[in-house]
Amino acid sequence: MSDFIERRIALSWAEPKRTYDVVIIGGGGHGLATAYYLAARHGITDVVVLEAGYIGAGNSGRNTTIIRANYGIPEAVRFYQHSLELYQGLEDELDCSIMHTRKGLIWLAHTEPQLRAERARSLLNVACGAETVMITPEETKQLCPQLDLTGGGRYPVLGASYHPAAATARHDRVVWAYAQGAMRRGVHVVQHRKVTGLLRDGARITGVDTTAGPIHARVVLSAVGGNVSTVAAQAGVRLPIRSHPLQAFVTNFYTEAFQPIVSDTELLCYVSQTERGQMLIGAEYDAQPSYSLRSSFSFLQSSAAKVTHLFPFMRDLRILRQWTGICDISADFSPIMGATGVDGFLVTTGWGTWGFKAIPAGGEQMAQLIATGRTPPLLEPFSLDRFARDHTMADPGSTGTH
Amino acid sequence: MLWITCPTCGRRPAEEYRFGGELRSIAAWITDPAERDVDYVWMSDNPEGMTIERWFHSAGCRRWLTLHRDTRTDSVVA
Repeated sequence: MSDFIERRIALSWAEPKRTYDVVIIGGGGHGLATAYYLAARHGITDVVVLEAGYIGAGNSGRNTTIIRANYGIPEAVRFYQHSLELYQGLEDELDCSIMHTRKGLIWLAHTEPQLRAERARSLLNVACGAETVMITPEETKQLCPQLDLTGGGRYPVLGASYHPAAATARHDRVVWAYAQGAMRRGVHVVQHRKVTGLLRDGARITGVDTTAGPIHARVVLSAVGGNVSTVAAQAGVRLPIRSHPLQAFVTNFYTEAFQPIVSDTELLCYVSQTERGQMLIGAEYDAQPSYSLRSSFSFLQSSAAKVTHLFPFMRDLRILRQWTGICDISADFSPIMGATGVDGFLVTTGWGTWGFKAIPAGGEQMAQLIATGRTPPLLEPFSLDRFARDHTMADPGSTGTH
Repeated sequence: MLWITCPTCGRRPAEEYRFGGELRSIAAWITDPAERDVDYVWMSDNPEGMTIERWFHSAGCRRWLTLHRDTRTDSVVA
């Protein structure tokens, strides 16, 4: 914790020029990581990141900071495993502490079908380069002594899959570290500059209109969270996305150490402990699409009921803080990255409730696409045209929120 | 908290309902029939503002209803 306070981050803000090689809309993790890798790996520094609020104001600063690769389809496991490995080396790469902590993730099974699904997940993960093993109720209890194996009599634990490499990192540190890395290499980052439209030359997108005038570019990348349908519509691109609120909350300080991350598909909730000792609880996203950041009591009520079944000690904790982010949920619960069919306009979107863990890989791969003009193999399965080709990447059961 | 008025059951909390998606319209401006199908099956308007959508009163009368809602404030208009 001390080096978090002592080692300050050098952020330097720029006044934007009129023309850039690359304009990135959205100063969250994905936008800033893409800018960083463009500069660091490809020497492309004529880049501006335009942020309507402050950097990390959206979902990069509102998520529950879990990094894991235990997905249910090969393409996703490979992509997220690459991201998990990039996260492991990120403090060295960026020369900046992100408070990366290896915790391990337990995914509980309460029924026989869930047990079989978790075994299938474990086998698939291993086959695709991630580490996930099945564990017994006794082993689960050893890893997490606070867990009630009877689930309050209602959700008995039959077993679990265990993903030891799962970790957490301080989310806004990740945003600042990428911003600093990009700025040091000459990338411009501009806050409080809202993109109001896209510039067109015939069928091609040639820049953006902002609240302080137009900016021209060879490539425009939308790394927007929450308002991506509006931005894409300005390019004439329609997306298979609905924007839903996702809520989370933290309790007051819990004096004992709670080591792992615990996730539950039947209850649709997940629990971990923050660096400050608070218990952090997330659950499913709100049923209705909405751009309202209002939190609800019904969410607190239903989530608290769930977690106290599994963790009786939480009955004695108090809820400290609750918040909401707007998540772009794609129709197949996988991200959408790359070309849009409109020249000069790319997207990295559909990050739903699974975007934080993907920041390093998403940024690195999008930068490679922009620099080379070719879609890297890790990104190919996640292109927008998969819906027209009927090759969707359906993996709702691995999101932990659906 | 979102409340929805069901024509049969009256004003009930949204937790009793299941969201059934935007009221679909066929994109007449897309001339290619195959592309139009893709749009109809997969794409969403996802508007920031007024939207017309279908909801199912799963814990009530179990009938479908049409709702006019503002996604900026999450408030039901009609």
